[in-house]
Amino acid sequence: MGISRAGERLDVGATVAELIQAIETADSKGAMVVAVNCLAAAKDVAALPTLITVLGYNNPGAAVAAVEGLVALSHDAVPALLEQIDGYNYGARAWAIRAVALIGDPRALPVLLDTAKGDFALSVRRAAARGLGTIDWALLSAEQAASGQRDVLEVLTAATADPEWVVRYAAVAGLQNVAKALIDSHQKPPILLCLHQVFQHDETAAVQARARTALDALESPP
Amino acid sequence: MGQEPLANAEGESLTVEQAIENLRQTADTGLRYYAAWWLGRFRVAEPEAIEALVAALQDEGDRAPDGGYPLRRNAARALGKLGDRTVIPDLIRCLDCDDYYVREAAAQALESLGDPQAISALRGLLAGGVAAAAAVPDKPHLVQPYNAVLEALGTLGAVDAIEEIIPFLGHEVAQVQNAATRALYQLTGDGTYCDRLVERLQAPNLQLRRSAMMDLGAIGYLPAAGAIAATLAENSLKLIALQGVLESHLGQTGFPQARLTDEARQVLVLMDELL
Repeated sequence: MGISRAGERLDVGATVAELIQAIETADSKGAMVVAVNCLAAAKDVAALPTLITVLGYNNPGAAVAAVEGLVALSHDAVPALLEQIDGYNYGARAWAIRAVALIGDPRALPVLLDTAKGDFALSVRRAAARGLGTIDWALLSAEQAASGQRDVLEVLTAATADPEWVVRYAAVAGLQNVAKALIDSHQKPPILLCLHQVFQHDETAAVQARARTALDALESPP
Repeated sequence: MGQEPLANAEGESLTVEQAIENLRQTADTGLRYYAAWWLGRFRVAEPEAIEALVAALQDEGDRAPDGGYPLRRNAARALGKLGDRTVIPDLIRCLDCDDYYVREAAAQALESLGDPQAISALRGLLAGGVAAAAAVPDKPHLVQPYNAVLEALGTLGAVDAIEEIIPFLGHEVAQVQNAATRALYQLTGDGTYCDRLVERLQAPNLQLRRSAMMDLGAIGYLPAAGAIAATLAENSLKLIALQGVLESHLGQTGFPQARLTDEARQVLVLMDELL
């Protein structure tokens, strides 16, 4: 159940169109959040364009709800998300990247690689670096996965030198996650080397600490 | 990253020499203003830069319509980032400036420089206590930059000021209460002060939640980590607040020479989820 205009309640059998209308007519940030939660709970692909539009509304509560809805739609949401990512305000882009990262669909690889490398907004680079670590490699052939992982490792290793500490942090987390799922085990030593460098030399203690936990996880006996 | 980080407003690169030159010349106040910002942003602590910034603290040429001194503000902010304690007497003089924003920038810079010699002058700005701490008619601020002053007193370890600070817990402005709370925690180590800030993480107002979160991060209150991670606010800010909490703990526990504690690992897990 949700509330659109003051006092008007939506019944449980509301159609997606009605749920979308509730978002369009929401008269406060709080009402918007409720309406988006309702639409997200419907788990209907017809909701996709609206959920994506909500990401750009400067309403973090609504964006969180929209991301949940998009993640629930999972791979069905990915093409639309990827299509919409270009030209967004950076806040919306960060949310979209976050949704894509949580879904883990390998179709997002090219966008995530470009974004982690070159987006001017640090929150977006950070979300993309994290997302590169959560790709579901099992959805690719071994050959595609191995090639994709090489690209990811190159970008994440470079990202451990990003000027922003939180992007370096996300890169370390990404490297740990890729290392756990490596197709080509020869890739592991360079990852460990990179993480050791970060642990020893990063200027930000939080990043050093994250490298330490990554190394502990990767170097512990099986 | 495809963007030139050392560009000026017209997109041209600045060198250190050029920036200092821009700051010294007086024909173009815009160039001076930008140069002052630039020197702070890129941490240019060379003697000529410091000298030029200190001179700019007395500037009379750059005036705002409201009578303020924009160049002085930027110069004070920059000096706060350069770690040179010889400028402290000059910043202390700025605490008497007519321009509220110069006083605020000076207080913040004095906090960053971390030298207790500034405490006495900062305490002076609390004169008259809460009763005097009123809003200025037609202005968006109080008579003094209380937040900045209280935070600075906390950071600088002004234990002698505890009794003066306590009444500000009851000031009508929530941000001032938070600043007093934060300072008192730093000065007394009493965690119950932090409980107030943790409660504020659930305030209905986003700005209050954000500022309570940033305060908890700045004072490094580890028990608040979970509550910070769950606050209804932007992930970017939550990450910054958690960094503050984590790094304070890491400092106290001797990392990286010493092992990571379980508490530190838990904070890292919280941070991972917010990326």
